[in-house]
Amino acid sequence: MSKPLKQIHLAAHFPGVNNTTVWSDPRAGSHIEFSSFAHFARTAERAKFDFLFLAEGLRLREQGGRIYDLDVVGRPDTFTVLAALAAVTEHLGLTGTINSTFNEPYEVARQFASLDHLSDGRAAWNVVTSWDAFTGENFRRGGFLPQEERYSRAKEFLATAHELFDSWQGDEILADQAGGAFLRDAKAGAFVHEGRHFDIHGRFNVPRSPQGRPVIFQAGDSDEGREFAASSADAIFSRYATLDEGRAFYTDVKSRLARYGRRADQLLILPAASFVLGDTDAEAEEIARDVRRQQVSGATAIKHLEFVWNRDLSSYDPDGPLPDIDPDPGEHHIARGRAQVRMYRDPLATAREWRERAAANNWSIRDLVIETGNRQNFVGSAETIAETIDTYVQADASDGFILVPHITPGGLDAFADRVVPLLQERGVFRTEYEGTTLRDHLGLAHPDDVRDERAAS
Amino acid sequence: MSSTPVSPLHLAVALDGTGWHPASWREPVARPRELFTAGYWAGLVAEAEHGLLDLVTIEDGLGPQSSHFLDPDDRTDQVRGRLDAVLIASRVAPLTRNIGLVPTAVVTHTEPFHLSKAIATLDYVSTGRAGVRVQITARPNEAAHFGRRTIARIEHYETPVVADLFDEAADHVEVVRRLWDSWEDDAEIRDAGTGRFIDRDKLHHIDFEGRHFRVKGPSITPRPPQGQPLVTALAHATVPYRLVARAADIGYVTPHDTDQARAIVAEIRAEQESAGRAADPLHVFGDLVVFLDDDPGEAAARRDRLDTLAGEEYTSDARIFTGTPAQLADLLQEFQSAGLTGFRLRPAVAGHDLPAITRGLVPELQRRDAFRRAYEADTLRGLLGLSRPANRYAAV
Repeated sequence: MSKPLKQIHLAAHFPGVNNTTVWSDPRAGSHIEFSSFAHFARTAERAKFDFLFLAEGLRLREQGGRIYDLDVVGRPDTFTVLAALAAVTEHLGLTGTINSTFNEPYEVARQFASLDHLSDGRAAWNVVTSWDAFTGENFRRGGFLPQEERYSRAKEFLATAHELFDSWQGDEILADQAGGAFLRDAKAGAFVHEGRHFDIHGRFNVPRSPQGRPVIFQAGDSDEGREFAASSADAIFSRYATLDEGRAFYTDVKSRLARYGRRADQLLILPAASFVLGDTDAEAEEIARDVRRQQVSGATAIKHLEFVWNRDLSSYDPDGPLPDIDPDPGEHHIARGRAQVRMYRDPLATAREWRERAAANNWSIRDLVIETGNRQNFVGSAETIAETIDTYVQADASDGFILVPHITPGGLDAFADRVVPLLQERGVFRTEYEGTTLRDHLGLAHPDDVRDERAAS
Repeated sequence: MSSTPVSPLHLAVALDGTGWHPASWREPVARPRELFTAGYWAGLVAEAEHGLLDLVTIEDGLGPQSSHFLDPDDRTDQVRGRLDAVLIASRVAPLTRNIGLVPTAVVTHTEPFHLSKAIATLDYVSTGRAGVRVQITARPNEAAHFGRRTIARIEHYETPVVADLFDEAADHVEVVRRLWDSWEDDAEIRDAGTGRFIDRDKLHHIDFEGRHFRVKGPSITPRPPQGQPLVTALAHATVPYRLVARAADIGYVTPHDTDQARAIVAEIRAEQESAGRAADPLHVFGDLVVFLDDDPGEAAARRDRLDTLAGEEYTSDARIFTGTPAQLADLLQEFQSAGLTGFRLRPAVAGHDLPAITRGLVPELQRRDAFRRAYEADTLRGLLGLSRPANRYAAV
């Protein structure tokens, strides 16, 4: 007996502030005008996607002491643009990345509860942590958090936000115009939290929102991050979109759930995935190669090498060979305000390996960066991409994907028109929204139902 | 007595729950069950836009509403709870075309970096119709919601503690404004030849260092469509008048008669001069709570009825007007002659008094050539006769 087909979850990541976004394409539009966000969100909703996803960065990236100017720079405020998108969509989930270091629980809980009300239950929060003093320079509270405390603070931040969401049960508002009682209970919203990072008490002033709490995403990849997700997230925004890596991650994270009394279907694994669609597989491969060259200009290639070398390499020719000089093994000082820096844990070994590969293939610096980085996850005809996505999900490499187009705002249009119908034909993707809230789309229970379930058992 | 030619006045409406009278939610038109839905707010703002009003403000706070001066109350007979005002404004922005959207933001416990990009984004979402009403809080319970500091207990607003909170608010506004300017308008160049998306010489660290905090910049959000969205504040005394004079585009004030109006306007203008801003346009709007009916007796009866439901007489920092649209038009023109450039009307019952403003007062003022007959600009600055300001960081 074969197991029933899994239903695929799909989401759309607004093309962001990194070099996968091709701003030089003639079709590339504004990254800041609302019309771009509206177009992108409407496409995602037309395709019956689960949600739209926004990343966040709270300080412009710098390299070599200057603002990094080769990628898209600038983005809107996450909450504000999501609230506006709620006006131009009806079903699409609205997921915002919000930092737990440079915010306070009372304020963030108010904003998410408000967004959930204003979208009739479509809000989700990707909880991220940051600790760097560099970003902290933009905030009155500063960058005070030692790296080892970031999960401890994030956990307590999230737990505190949940206490605030739960401080209203949902039945407090009577609004009895004849009798004169607006509230059933004068203590509605009362909370007390005394912890290591937060010591707050009082009344939360947003009544319970349609989803009870926003859907919680987590994106960290460390052991601690995975444990955090297993204990308290509804979904993981992961970076393992290949079959083998995806399956390993999926197995690892889902096996951690039992420890917290949770079932495998209570935590969704949704990797970010890029794609290039063509009429044929061969055409798609060709377009994909062009896109990678657009993503990695000569200047971008030099800057990318600087992350690893931790040195100013501006005198090198991107079309020439790799530097003979070794990376600076000292503390990283070249690039600030970006996450990739952490990805090269042994720069000397990386440099050695890259030199060998470049020499063996006769690659220039730019060739090397193109070949070693950012190959798109799904490249092919609509049929190929639909089949691959379905295969991966049925093989438990993920529960779906958060698609990252490389063009704003139209980069999702062809996927919506050509790939989604094939997934629908396969019976693995919805043809209509069945529920109204993001929890409905993701098959997640309302927190009150979970509470009732636990109380009954 | 000098006669002045009729000059158009500006009209704003202050939205707060079901209206400013604490018993307003009990009126049949109030729809109190819908207060926490987008549709409720979209309906009110659409009505205000139907009346060609300059802007709506939306009240907010970092704690539940209270009938007490400083502390929370335990009342269950009044509306408690509200949604974030910036997000309400953003939610209705795509549904409207011309009206200005001015949410309240508390600046005492919040980050200027976040507020700056939120209002800049509201300006993008509304294509140039955003502003903000900045507000301080001295409430101990709201400080306890953040747990980062305690604020000394005050007995009234004329204390050094409050002066210090306004000083902090001025720094907050300064940072918000610098961040709006931290990108020059033409910073995005998309130069495929050099591979540069921006000209980074046109992005600026703001390097703000004040007594209360420091902020580096630049913003993560490019300069908004209006350049500088509107900064507005409610003011009742010299310290806040000074904030208005130094940092705001609109001050909302609460004179109860024309003599008071004249005195307040003179004080603000004097502060403006000593701040070196005498040449900058600064609107001073009078705040009024309004009970409007075609029959003056009915307006008074409605007020009495609501007071009875509330169990006490309604009082306000602002003058409370009870009467007909024509009587209100007379009063506004009288106040205008004392130097006010517009008014922020607080409908006692949103569902009743807002339509009375848009369908009663506005036509009356139009008959007197004292109010616009169509929107004449597509940005809020434009509606208020304010030009798009030069960027403080741009090389001349």
